Amino acid sequence: MTTTDSPQRPARPGDHAERAPARRRRRGTTERGFNRVFRWIATGAGAFILATLAAVALFLLIRAWPALTASEDELSDAVGRIPEGTSLLEFVGPLIFGTLLAALLALALAMPVAMGIGLFISHYAPPRLAQVLGYLVDLLAAIPSVVYGLWGFLVLAPVLKPFWFWLGENLGWFPLFAGQVSATGKVLATVSVVLAVMILPIITAVSREVFLQTPKLHEEAALALGATRWEVIRVAVLPFGRSGVMSAAMLGLGRALGETMAVLMIISPGFLVYSLEILAAARHNTIAAFIALDFAEASGLGVNALIATGLALFLITMAVNMTARAIVARRKDFSGAN
Amino acid sequence: MSVETTDATAHTRALLTTADPRRKTTDRTMSVLIWGAFALAMIPLVSLLWTVLVNGVGRLSPEFLSYSMRGIYGGDPSGGIYHAILGTLIITGWATLISVPIGLLTAIYLVEYGRGPLARSVTFFVDVMTGIPSIVAGLFVVAFMTIFLDPGTRLGIMGSIALSVLMIPVVVRSCEEMLKLVPNELREASYALGVPKWLTIVKVVLRTSVAGITTGILLAIARVIGETAPLLVAVGVTESINFNAFDGRMMTLPVFIYRQYSQGLASCQEGDLQCVADISYQNAWGAALVLIVIVMLLNITGRLVNRWFAPKLR
Repeated sequence: MTTTDSPQRPARPGDHAERAPARRRRRGTTERGFNRVFRWIATGAGAFILATLAAVALFLLIRAWPALTASEDELSDAVGRIPEGTSLLEFVGPLIFGTLLAALLALALAMPVAMGIGLFISHYAPPRLAQVLGYLVDLLAAIPSVVYGLWGFLVLAPVLKPFWFWLGENLGWFPLFAGQVSATGKVLATVSVVLAVMILPIITAVSREVFLQTPKLHEEAALALGATRWEVIRVAVLPFGRSGVMSAAMLGLGRALGETMAVLMIISPGFLVYSLEILAAARHNTIAAFIALDFAEASGLGVNALIATGLALFLITMAVNMTARAIVARRKDFSGAN
Repeated sequence: MSVETTDATAHTRALLTTADPRRKTTDRTMSVLIWGAFALAMIPLVSLLWTVLVNGVGRLSPEFLSYSMRGIYGGDPSGGIYHAILGTLIITGWATLISVPIGLLTAIYLVEYGRGPLARSVTFFVDVMTGIPSIVAGLFVVAFMTIFLDPGTRLGIMGSIALSVLMIPVVVRSCEEMLKLVPNELREASYALGVPKWLTIVKVVLRTSVAGITTGILLAIARVIGETAPLLVAVGVTESINFNAFDGRMMTLPVFIYRQYSQGLASCQEGDLQCVADISYQNAWGAALVLIVIVMLLNITGRLVNRWFAPKLR
């Protein structure tokens, strides 16, 4: 394990650090024995993570390749859902559209509420209670997505159905609420509500961290000028937290894009249509839900086609997450992972 | 003099409170909205937990917890989730065994050694990895395993690998935070005594932060134990008990819930007392209750471990 330099003292384990300081200084930062091994193990673990991420991209691409290069006829033979004369892009396009639509709607619903909760915990709640209340919001993240799906399907969809009918009747001129309102409530709008609930905790967690970082002096300066509590938030807290809130939104968007089970269990899926009518049945589906729906029955080229759609999802979420992280990286100290 | 000051104060106060009632109204409105936002978020939480509890508790019984679904069809109200609980524990256990060493060592690398471009990119991509969609992790494992195995093979360990992809970044981040909390004085004191760096890390840094690391790992387990999509893709389903993660398909609690949900209502004949039409929904709720109890236990244990065993650093 260690090498000893002086002939009078035979090597003993654990002894190496006591060696003559002069020699150690001369050797600079060179490490020996297990010190070096340990450094390499630790560095290797770090590199392994990068390799894993690269492997995810690489293997998805390799296995998606046959589907990407297959002809239209081969594809429609292998995948039941792809009709004759439809290219992979024409099939995946609406799925990407549905994924983005559901995630953006969820974000639009979640954002004001999450910022409200962030401000509530950082500036409004009694300080003693703030931590506990924050923990309650975090509990929303602890609930498995499959339970959200079950709840959305059996509880929330029936509750929201009359509201969707009301929207369809009164605001039917608005493109999002146009079309025949579904009689079951199992539509993209319901999915978006569930997704919004699911991404609340991450947006709240990041934005409350940012709000708490507001310099006390800014807030006190605003108070000294006679600002009310809301005005303090408007002139000091929100401008300071703008970039943090933006990245929180992107992180939430990333979560919503990749969510599978809640979408799969609630939506009545539709394929090959680009539609804004979020209250209509069988008009949308998302990539993740489509993969989960068809994967068990797929074989051969069908699996390749599913992996190709998965690759599309991977690339979209990577782009969103990397943008968010690049913004966060400029202001260190917080991350959605803790 | 003092009377004047009091007057002036009262005057100023009057000016401040009455000058612009609109500002006051806005302030009030926003307070109400912000309290309302919190209340709004509590509605789904309470509704969800309550629904799961009410619907799930009726199905819980010793039989439900100790039998598998082997040979149970239609509206037959027997059988249980033993195979699913077992599968969840085994698959998550393997995922933990894979993730914790890699995650912990990476955190050590980042905190104790990390400098330069490699450390920066590891930090960045670990954060990016927390955003990988869970189903993509499942697809990756299936795509990767075709190198070694037949394309149709589904194994418990494949699910564990998929869960590890999701779990490692979470472990890295939380361990990193905990290692950063260890004061530098402790490290320096150890170096001053001539202890080599690796021994300092193992005996001083890790020992000081062991409570926090345990918490982080428990919370990471809690996060992946409810994952459904990767297991649906990589592990498949079975109705029987399977102890071996390296041989054959396994059932897990989240996938069991989805399976029962997708079976929907059973068709019962008139007068068949042995047939319960909505038995699969009941099974799903029962399993959901068990799953949520497991997740909550992990969360609470994690937080208690940190509270009870954390060293007092300052």
